[in-house]
Amino acid sequence: MTIGRASVPAKYLPVLVTGCLLVAMFVVGGIRYEGFAGGQVILNVFIDNGFLLVVAVGMTFVILTGGIDLSVGSVVALSTMVAASLMEGPGWPPYLVVPLVLAIGSGLGLVMGYIVQAFDIQPFIVTLAGMFLARGLCYTIGTDSIPIDDPTFTAFAQTRIDLFADLWISPSVIIALVVVGVAAYVLHYTRFGRSVYATGGSEQSALLMGLPVGRTKIAVYTVSGFCSALGGVLLSFYMLSGYGQHAVAMELDAIAAVVIGGTLLTGGSGFLFGTVLGVLVLGLIQTILSFEGTLSSWWTKIFIGMLLFVFILLQRLFSRRSGR
Amino acid sequence: MTEHILRMSGITKTFPGVKALQDVTLSVRQGEIHAICGENGAGKSTLMKVLSGVYPHGDYEGEIFFEGKRCEFGGIRDSEHAGIVIIHQELALSPQLSIAENIFLGNERAKRGFIDWNRTNYEAGELMKRVGLRENPTTPISDIGVGKQQLVEIAKALSKKVKLLILDEPTAALNDDDSAHLLDLLRGLRDEGITCVIISHKLNEVTAIADSVTIIRDGRTIETLDMVTDHVTEDRIISGMVGRALDNRYPPHEPTIGEEALRIEDWTVYSPSQPDRKVVDGAALTLRRGEIVGLAGLMGAGRTELAMSLFGRTYGVNISGKVFKDGKPITIRNVQDAINHGIAYASEDRKRYGLNLIEDIKRNISAAGLKSLAKRGWVNENEEYRVAEEFHKSMNIKAPSVNSVVGKLSGGNQQKVVLSKWIMTEPDVLILDEPTRGIDVGAKYEIYTIINHLADQGKAVLVISSELPELLGLCDRIYTLSEGRITGEVPRQEATQESLMHLMTKGQE
Repeated sequence: MTIGRASVPAKYLPVLVTGCLLVAMFVVGGIRYEGFAGGQVILNVFIDNGFLLVVAVGMTFVILTGGIDLSVGSVVALSTMVAASLMEGPGWPPYLVVPLVLAIGSGLGLVMGYIVQAFDIQPFIVTLAGMFLARGLCYTIGTDSIPIDDPTFTAFAQTRIDLFADLWISPSVIIALVVVGVAAYVLHYTRFGRSVYATGGSEQSALLMGLPVGRTKIAVYTVSGFCSALGGVLLSFYMLSGYGQHAVAMELDAIAAVVIGGTLLTGGSGFLFGTVLGVLVLGLIQTILSFEGTLSSWWTKIFIGMLLFVFILLQRLFSRRSGR
Repeated sequence: MTEHILRMSGITKTFPGVKALQDVTLSVRQGEIHAICGENGAGKSTLMKVLSGVYPHGDYEGEIFFEGKRCEFGGIRDSEHAGIVIIHQELALSPQLSIAENIFLGNERAKRGFIDWNRTNYEAGELMKRVGLRENPTTPISDIGVGKQQLVEIAKALSKKVKLLILDEPTAALNDDDSAHLLDLLRGLRDEGITCVIISHKLNEVTAIADSVTIIRDGRTIETLDMVTDHVTEDRIISGMVGRALDNRYPPHEPTIGEEALRIEDWTVYSPSQPDRKVVDGAALTLRRGEIVGLAGLMGAGRTELAMSLFGRTYGVNISGKVFKDGKPITIRNVQDAINHGIAYASEDRKRYGLNLIEDIKRNISAAGLKSLAKRGWVNENEEYRVAEEFHKSMNIKAPSVNSVVGKLSGGNQQKVVLSKWIMTEPDVLILDEPTRGIDVGAKYEIYTIINHLADQGKAVLVISSELPELLGLCDRIYTLSEGRITGEVPRQEATQESLMHLMTKGQE
């Protein structure tokens, strides 16, 4: 009972902690480094990590049901590869290539989701298989990096959308933010979104409430596949190439972002907004290290590792309290 | 008189808000088979957990003397070291390991840290002979039936040099042949000097095998009887188990009984883990609008299994039988079908099957009936809030707001959320499985009032309960279930605790 003092509902606590952390990092950076405090630093984080944000959105859906998707990095790479090879080889136009890539990603997700559901296999194993499969398929297309010089793609890569006062973003950021907005709306205002939370909260009780648990599980992997493919398209805007070595271990960054964003790995609790904060935290760590200049980039991993430990412990405390 | 191997005295064990055991006394003589009888929830299993150290010393009050020595067990290892082994109803075996590995699990036959496989398998074979288990010691546990797994548990106990063997409902999951074999084995062990304590609901088995019986009711010892000198019969045990008066803990209710709402015929369900065992056997039930019907049965009788198999085949395999809704035959393939046909089922295990504990009240209430709040997949959140707020008031759910997390509510309030959830789906038939389990007395009264109110609205209600007074106080008509078969149908006016208990313990003829 909370008498006489304002209290934050427990479910918002992890997001709040991540938000505070982000603000703290920004303030510390602003004090330490010249030129840090300008808004462009945050915008650059968005520009450099737009594709990660999209992939993490898909991952959020999967983790909210209590699952995991290890295939996302490979699907991103496969998407860049398919896009680059089709545009450079036969010279397909982007308006054909992009929908095809999105269809391939969604299809892979659908198949993995179906296997998880129909044969009741741990998502870890199924998506691990998908991860190897998609990465392998990249190399059947080509072992080298394929450059993209399609005018539409290069336009997307080089366009700067000016905001006010010298601040700017890339078109990818807008796409990523639209994805976040749509996904947040779906999660919070549709029956599908409710099923996602209910399945992750307690699959058994969701079944006994007559919720379409099976369809929900298949759907979240499809969503994740779609987001990975879209992330791949954004990455090929950013890199202007397709390559089998793109986005190696990106699935781990996505999982880290979701967890740091406060989503419970066992499912049922979390917010998409938290995932956005999680991606920003990861990006800002890199930014701070580049401002520092002397530290090796491996420090990024060390910080991410420490943060993950802290957040997992935090979640443990949180779930123990609400489990009583 | 032979000496007592075990004396427990003044045992009191309190859980938050509940006194599970109150000043319980238990004396077991050396080399006898001692039965413990009582209704579900009387405290039998709690008492055995105290004895075996699952609840360590200091967690309870009272004293335990074993072989004349005062014991303060800090855990299961301590009690096993003293020679007390408990075999739980849910067997504790590792399914992928072999019989021999399971027998010596935690107690491996090893030389300098390496397992001596020859000795392991040889000694396992010897122990298996003692319990009459003819299998290869290297066979994995998952390849043998439950009856044989029970024998492996006993062999495991023997390997630990057991002096006092405790069996919790050993025959509940066994077929008749396996049960008979097990009882023979227990007699054999007694002749070897091993004392047995057996918890059982099957009174015919108790009278057949036990030398003495202790009856526990509402967490207290009622009496200990010697089977021979006290001329104990099943009737005698039953009167000890139920001997308690009905008081006005139940709101008065005048039923208005209408048309038939749901009828099942020849309903048969097989166990998913042992496809040759019938869990429900040719059951027939009729529920009428406005009527509250009880379903009585002891643990393992198949009550929940009957309800869940009916509710969208959520339990069991090879389900056969007919279901009629309002006189018309229907087929129910899944939960969605059941809900669409106006059937609702509130599980006995609220926390696991009934609620999403990490979600708030309003989302739990709306979960099953979300369709009525959504248009083309989009949920109307304002409407959801309004509906939840209505239930919050009408059901008197004690929580600061409908945004409170369900996991933090008391049992009674959680149950009100579960009931709200199902009422929202506008069912004609409600199956309530142990609706007042783990709920304090005041909240029970509220739940009873809600159930009466539902019946007055013309809904048919089936209440499954382990508490006979509850069924007698609430229901208009009571079915009894024993070993998967309906053994009786009694109107409330004619039912007594004794007559019901007779029907509930009626074995296969």
